[in-house]
Order: sequence, then structure tokens, then C-alpha cells
Amino acid sequence: MSHHPALAHHFEDLEQQHESATLGMWAFLITEVMFFGGLFTAYAVYRWRYPEAWLEGSHELDIGLGALNTAILIGSSLTVVLSIHAAQRGESRKIVRWLLATIGLGLAFLVVKAIEYSHKFHVGHVPGPNFASGDFVHTETQLYFGLYFAMTGMHAVHMVIGIGLFAVLLGMAMRRRFTPEHHSWLEMCGLYWHFVDIVWIFLFPLLYLLGRNQ
Amino acid sequence: MSADTKRAAAPEPNYITANYGIKSWLLTTDHKRIGLLYLISISVFFFIGGAFAVLIRMELLTPEGDLVDSETYNKLFTQHGLIMIFFFLVPSIPAVLGNFLLPIMLGAKDLAFPRINLLSWYVYTVGGLVTLYATATGGVDTGWTFYTPYSSTYANTQVMYTAVGVFITGFSSILTGLNFIVTTHKMRAPGLTWFRLPLFVWAQYATSLIMVLGTPVLAITILLVALERGLGIGIFDPKLGGDPLLFQHLFWFYSHPAVYIMILPGMGVISEVISCFARKRVFGYGFIAFSSLAIAVLGFLVWGHHMFTSGQSVYAGLVFSFLTMVVAIPSAVKVFNWIATLYKGSISFETPMLYALGFIGLFTIGGLTGIFLGTLALDVHVHDTYFVVAHFHYVMVGGMVMAYLAGIHFWWPKITGRMYPETIAKFAAVVIFIGFNLTFFPQFLLGYVGMPRRYHAYPEEFQVLNVMSTAGASILGIGYLIPMGYLVWSLWWGKVAAANPWRAKGLEWEVPSPPPTFNFDQTPVVTEEAYAYAADDSFVETEAAKPPTYPSDPKVGADS
Ligand SMILES: [Cu+2]
Repeated sequence: MSHHPALAHHFEDLEQQHESATLGMWAFLITEVMFFGGLFTAYAVYRWRYPEAWLEGSHELDIGLGALNTAILIGSSLTVVLSIHAAQRGESRKIVRWLLATIGLGLAFLVVKAIEYSHKFHVGHVPGPNFASGDFVHTETQLYFGLYFAMTGMHAVHMVIGIGLFAVLLGMAMRRRFTPEHHSWLEMCGLYWHFVDIVWIFLFPLLYLLGRNQ
Repeated sequence: MSADTKRAAAPEPNYITANYGIKSWLLTTDHKRIGLLYLISISVFFFIGGAFAVLIRMELLTPEGDLVDSETYNKLFTQHGLIMIFFFLVPSIPAVLGNFLLPIMLGAKDLAFPRINLLSWYVYTVGGLVTLYATATGGVDTGWTFYTPYSSTYANTQVMYTAVGVFITGFSSILTGLNFIVTTHKMRAPGLTWFRLPLFVWAQYATSLIMVLGTPVLAITILLVALERGLGIGIFDPKLGGDPLLFQHLFWFYSHPAVYIMILPGMGVISEVISCFARKRVFGYGFIAFSSLAIAVLGFLVWGHHMFTSGQSVYAGLVFSFLTMVVAIPSAVKVFNWIATLYKGSISFETPMLYALGFIGLFTIGGLTGIFLGTLALDVHVHDTYFVVAHFHYVMVGGMVMAYLAGIHFWWPKITGRMYPETIAKFAAVVIFIGFNLTFFPQFLLGYVGMPRRYHAYPEEFQVLNVMSTAGASILGIGYLIPMGYLVWSLWWGKVAAANPWRAKGLEWEVPSPPPTFNFDQTPVVTEEAYAYAADDSFVETEAAKPPTYPSDPKVGADS
């Protein structure tokens, strides 16, 4: 019996291996939902309790940069899908190209985020002993910024992990490790990346947009 | 031909003899070896946690605080709780027995993700070492619950390192849970339908669901405490309008279900053991299977019963009190079914069975007193007293540790290929049972008359019961050392075990003891229900149960 080189010893066939990986990834994403769920719960509780402080805080965020980052991330989800598409058709060069694009967009997101963060540091809107509470009417605004940093910070950590994963995949793609019938790793990391995108799709309106018309 | 006969003459290598050297263990991806790595590490933590318990009981021997001061005492009970919960109880049965048995029971060669399995052990070890570092450099005094704002603002102890240690270790639970869920779904042998699975597998599966859904919430909660303490990002800080009760909600959202992470796998062991030593199919298989899932789901809806006196709304308290009654039902279903299994069974009292029977009695007491505590009005009276301490020790020590020992003894021949010495093992089981009850029953009485928990000194009228409790703890401690001794002894001098010494049903008993590295030469095909014990089957040693003999005459082994 000849084994496919990508088939691990303990699986019966590639199909079983692929289904296991997919289920494992989805289960992992559920743990991620629960993880971020804790943060979103805290957000919901405090927003409901201190609506004015939340308005005050959200007016400090730069909608332009937030929207730019949203566009960047949606674009990066597209490039991931294109790299998987290329793998399905066996176009190795294109896999490499789309992975490079994904990594580039991910880094661009982090650069924009760093610009936003450094501005907050500059004006003293980072929670802690040096918080410029004089800028705000409500003390709870510091709570808003606490959650802003906790939520976007955890999201950024996930971005960094994702970029690292894609760097590994890039190495694999350059060594032509992906074939039309076997590219599970690419698909799994793609799922993860889409999840990280979706978290941002929630963060952007909740932190930047809600109540801005008031 | 001659090469063939030579190979047949030597016993086939099993997972232990397959290769040697420390590297072959530390880099193994074999689920059985990883189970053993976990067995060693959690045993270490069990005895460290136990040492703190010894100090606690010694201090409480007299009413005055004479052995340690109050601050040290706070650290003692915190360290005891932390280590026992996160580093022993949570991983115990899943990571040791589950790791070893789940793939074999499913007819698989390994868990779905063997490298992630190894990673989970390293994650556990790193988390454990960080926590031990915190312990060695002063320890922590917040109680295992890390309540804010004490933990985030006021405590001057090693909260940060401990939090980091617990945070890290949480990921080992998540990884184990993911692995079990995927393996159970995708790697069952042909013919092994969901309703032919051993109940041990159902229990592990339900436990894994809780691990996967609950542990991330603990992770983010602890992370927020660490952010508040380390960086001043005060999510729970009342000075900024933050709400310490939000911390309690998030913490108990994990930590009540965590109680079921700790007890459900034990219930799985009990189903296997009872069925084997009563020589009967488990009564109400479907009820036991689904009650595990019911516990996993309902367990997430009752966390508020830890907060009856915290200032949460009375209406919330009423709802949580009601739901707590509801979550007791599936546990009761299990107990009834086990007892019905015993009814008219051909029972024999081997050591695993003694522990299993002990489990049923003690878990029932622990569970019923849990209902007392879930009753809103009564809880206000006994809240934060020794009644609570006695209750959860009946469930955790009387329940879980008994089940763990039942499982270790039951599968010891499979894991090591050696029998443990039966007579002394039975003696130890009796010592542990007596020691346990003498330790914790007096604490129900103490709590009922009002002795609060977490104090190092107490009024004189409580002394008699405290002396009884300390005496019991001494017996219990010795009781735990005996199995430690004879189990290690048996590795060298124990009787060689047959493939199926208990004549039990289940795929794990159809492979050699110890099993070969990939468990099965050929994927087994399952054609019968679990626990298909014959009606007139009694537990007697037969041909099948005798140890295998390896032919010394090459001609005999040539065609095998
Ligand atoms: Cu509870």
C-alpha cells in the first residue's frame, strides 16, 4: 500500500485527515469566540451603564484610520482566498504571490494601528496613572479606553500570530509543498485569518462608529 | 524463514519497549507515553498540594494561631487550592487515563493531533513551573478565586506570576479538549457508532466540550486582572466605575463548569468499573450518556449560585438557585443507573470496585449537600463556612480522587503490563475511605454551627471537631502514600498482567498489555454494544485471563 507523503501514520486516508483538521480548526475558533466573548461582555455591560462616557471616548478615535484598516483587512481576506484558489489549481507561483500580499496587508494593518496607538500615548489617553483625565467630563471614559486597548490589543496579537503563520506557509509554498489535493494547512490558516477579520468587523463599529452622529 | 522465527520468539515490542532514552519520551507523540508523562507530573503536583493541606490541618489542630501567622495561612490555603484544582483535578483523569485510553477505546492508532497532544503537556509543565516559581518566591494569598479588587490592587504577593501560570496551563486543557472532540468525531473504528461507545468516552467528550467552551473565558478574565495589576488598565476597578462583580460573573462562568471538568471524567471511570465488576451491561446506557451532555450544557447556567451574598440581584439569585436544582438531576440519574446496574449483578470486590462504591456514596453526600448550598435561603446561613469546604471536598476528593484511583487501579495492568498487589491495595482503599470521612464529615458539623472558612484561629468550642479532622487527614495522607509505594513496586515485582485480567469488555482489553505503539495491527471492526457481558458470566480467572506465554521453542512461534 503506497502512502501519500502528506498522510500521517494514524489516519486511514487523506479525507479523514482533512476532515479532522477542519473540525479541529472550527472547534478552536469556537474557543476564540468564547475568549473574545469575555471582552465583548465587559464592553456591553459598561456601555449600557455609562453611555455618555462611551460617547466621549469614541469621539477620540480616528474614523478615517479605522475605516482604512477595515478595508485593508477585508482585502487581506480576499488575498487568502485567492492563494487557496491558486493551490486548488496547482499554481504554485500564484500561491506565493497571494501569500506575500496577505502578509503585506497584515503588516500594513499593524502599522496603521501603531500610528493610532502612538497618538493615544502622545495625548495621554492610555489608561493608567498617567491618564489625562482632565480631558474628559466622565471618569468612566478611562474604562472605555481600557477596553479599547484590551480589545484592539488582543486583536493585534492575533494578527501577529496570523502573520507568523503565513510566513511559515510562504516558506512551504516556495518549496512547493501544496498540491491541488493536499493544502489543508493553507485552508486552516485561512479560516483563522477570516476569524480575526470578523473580530475586527465587530470592533470597528462598536468602538469607532456607534453614537458618532450624536 | 529463520529471521521470521527469531522475531516470533521474542515478545513483540510494546509502547514502552519500542525505544529507549529520555529523548524518546520527551519528544514522543504516542498518546500512551504522553499519558504517562502527565501521570508523573500530576502526581508531583498532587503531593505538593497535599503538603499544603498537611500544614493547614496542623495549624488548625489548636484554636490559637500558633504554627503560622494569618498571612502565611492565607497563602497556604490559596496554594493548596490553586495547585489541586488547576494542576491536579482538572487534568487528572482526562490527561492521564483519557489520553491513554480514548484512542484505544475508539479503535484508533492515536489522537487526531499527536503533536498538539505533546504540546499540551509542555504547556502544562511550563504553566506549572511558573506557578511553582511564584510559590517558591513568596506565594499568593488571594484564594484560588483571584477576587478583584484584592487581587488587582491590594494584594502584595505573587499574583502576577501565579496568574500567568494558570493562564498558560489553561491552554493545555483547551488543547486536550480539542483533540478529544475531533478524535471522537472522526476516528471511531468501523461499526463503532455513537451508542456503542464506552460511557468513559461519552464522559470525556462532555468534559472536552466544557474545556473548550469554558477555559477561554477564564483565560480572558485572568488576562484582564493581569492587565489591571500590571499596566493599570482597570477594567474591574471601582474607582473608574469598573465592577468587581463583573469579574466574579466571568470567573464563575468558567469555574462552576470547571467543577464538572473535574467530576465528569470520574463518572466515566465509575461506569466502566461498575459494569465490569457487576458483570452486567450498564443499566440505562442512553440516560448515562445523555446525562453527561446535559451536565455539560446546564453547568454553564448556574454560576450565579456562588454569588448569592455578593450583591447580585435577588431575582437573579432565585433563577440561579432554581437552575442549580435542575443541574443536580442528571447527576442523580447517573447514581440511580449505577445502583440499578449493581442490582442482581455478580458483584466482586476488587480494588477498583471498592473505590467505585466509595465514589457513589461520597459523591452522593457531596452532591446532596451541594443542593443545600444551592438553596438561596440556606446558603445565606452557611455561606463561607466549613460546610462549603466539606461539600466540595466530598465531591472533589471523595468523588474525583476516588474515581481517579479506581481508574488507575483498573487500567494499571493495561498501562504497565503488571498487576498491583490486590490485598494491600484493598487495605489502602479502606484506609483512604476511613481517613477521608474522618477528615471531612466533622467539617459539615463545624460549618453548620458557624465556623468560617479561611481563618487560622478559631473559638475553643470548635477544637474537638478540628482535632478529629486533623486526625482523619493524617490517616488519609498515609492512605495516599500506600498506593504510591506499591504501584511503583509493582513495576518491577508485580505479577505479569494478561491482556484482559478482569475479563472486561472494550477494545482496550483486546490489545496486549502494555499495548504496542500503534495500538492495533489492523483497524478493529466493532460488531457489538458496549458492556456486552453475558448473563451467567461471573468473575473467575480463565484461560483468556492468564498471562501470555512466549514460546521458547522457535517452531511453536513460527506461524503465529
Ligand atoms: Cu458552582
